[in-house]
Amino acid sequence: MNRLTIVGLIIVTLLVIVAIFAPWIATHDVGATNLSLRYLPPSAQHFFGTDSTGRDIFSRVVFGARISLKVGIVVVTVSALVGTLLGAFAGYYGGWIDRIISGYVFNVFLAFPGLLLAIAMVAFLGAGLNKLIFALCIIGWVGYARLIRGQVLKVREYDFVQAARALGASDARILLIHILPNAIQPLIVQASLGMAGAVLSEAALSFLGLGVPPPAPSWGVMIEEARDLSTLQAAPHALIFPGIAIALTVLAFNFIGDGLREYLDPRQRSR
Amino acid sequence: MRSGFKHKLLSGLRRFAIFLLVVWTVVSLVTLLIELVPGDPAVSVLGEQATPEQFEQFRQKHGLDRPAFFFSFPRDAQNQRHFQWHGVHNRYTEYWVALLHGDMGRSFRTDRPVSELILERYPATIQLAVAALLFAVLIAIPLGVIAGKNRGTWIDNVASVIALVGISLPGFVIGPMLVYVFAVKLGWLAPSGRFDWTDLILPAFTLGAALSAILTRMVRSSVIEELGEDYVRTARAKGLSERTVVYKHVLKNGLIPVVTILGLQLGVLLAGAIITEKIFGWPGLGLLLVEDGIGKRDYRVVQGCVLVISMTYIIANMLTDMIYRWLDPRIRVS
Repeated sequence: MNRLTIVGLIIVTLLVIVAIFAPWIATHDVGATNLSLRYLPPSAQHFFGTDSTGRDIFSRVVFGARISLKVGIVVVTVSALVGTLLGAFAGYYGGWIDRIISGYVFNVFLAFPGLLLAIAMVAFLGAGLNKLIFALCIIGWVGYARLIRGQVLKVREYDFVQAARALGASDARILLIHILPNAIQPLIVQASLGMAGAVLSEAALSFLGLGVPPPAPSWGVMIEEARDLSTLQAAPHALIFPGIAIALTVLAFNFIGDGLREYLDPRQRSR
Repeated sequence: MRSGFKHKLLSGLRRFAIFLLVVWTVVSLVTLLIELVPGDPAVSVLGEQATPEQFEQFRQKHGLDRPAFFFSFPRDAQNQRHFQWHGVHNRYTEYWVALLHGDMGRSFRTDRPVSELILERYPATIQLAVAALLFAVLIAIPLGVIAGKNRGTWIDNVASVIALVGISLPGFVIGPMLVYVFAVKLGWLAPSGRFDWTDLILPAFTLGAALSAILTRMVRSSVIEELGEDYVRTARAKGLSERTVVYKHVLKNGLIPVVTILGLQLGVLLAGAIITEKIFGWPGLGLLLVEDGIGKRDYRVVQGCVLVISMTYIIANMLTDMIYRWLDPRIRVS
């Protein structure tokens, strides 16, 4: 396996551990403000320093991992499930469902910037974590459906599937036992890149004030709070640490997705 | 020959049909989104303290007193839902009719026509997007060619890692960091605003960074692929210098897939511009959408901005598709 993939896996494992054990890892209360402690530089007391209201940035970054991973996992799981189901159904049965999904939904969703749709939906629904997850799922499932539909169309014609059908296997059996396992590999690649996308979108929407409302320790919210000029001047670390957290997380999932894609596609490997 | 023309006509018609379908969907989405607002938009704009007359006047002025769609399922006295037909005098058709006359309604807050607000801001966004695009291409082509030509060496590895890091660093992280370095620390550039041409540098860099990373990877793999083609061997056998082979022959063919990516990425760029404009206080559509629209709950402005950004994206995509077909005759035929 590719070295960068292993780096990615290590970072993601660390991230999951940090998210699960956040209350034990965090050194301070994430919401506790104390104006006499504002803008402190990183020290043994406050590993990442403090922000404009004296909150401990290390603890907030640690708890922020929970929000990012929660959004990523829920969005990817729901989108992948819905997308796989509809994509497999459309690819296997064809007919009017396929015509609606591949003829209309794919074309329309591809012609529309996903982030803009998410922004528009949350703008009208109002900000909040669940609404943000909902909006990201609405734009997320299409990619999985397209991928699975293509795979199903390809695998459906293979000899072993034809043989299974000739032996009298039911449609459900053919789809579940014969076709889907063959389509699962690109799905894992897509899911890994999807995690990167979801983490990024959550941070972006929270940055715009459309995601998790402050004072929740979302990395996007932390960056938004750290970017006014007086905070930048006094405490650039308030911006740098959540920024590194986002970049590392996204980079790790991209490393994994890229590595897996190369591993699964020998044509790419030889390049 | 005749069947070729027929084929061309059919595929052209098909693409036009998809275009109309997309436009219809976007406009419908934008008009119906306002129904998602929890509670009454009039209350959320005017506040709880407004008088009933003010609410009534507001609803009447912005057409909110009309039914939303052709039909609805209101509850009757027995709390049962039943079908009710409203006819063509509904907000959905009214928005369409107005839109076809170039009218996007009036701002809930300032009472100015939304189309006027958007026209004021539109040039700034296009300027930013084009600058970011140029910037990305200027970085990506040399970097991608160098990486592709030296594939497998440390130069290639460094270029590839830089590209992946660029993809992973979002604008809202790079942007404020650039503000810190160039505005707060060095004092070379202004942290925000759009007064001088130098004000464009930081936003364009922020917006173009991720795109340049994607393009670098694209150019690299494209160059590697083309270098293995027969015509490259021929060109080399003719005694052409490596420079000519790479820049005249390989790059010309290798750029075709890059053009497609450019078009598709323009949408990402327009959506990214919303964030970049907020970071740098760049007075474009994104800032109008986020601050005046979403921030002040001016739903008409939100509708207009979403509509115009999407339409720009759709039209850019269509143009890309046309350029792509023109560049690569193989696609025209198949």
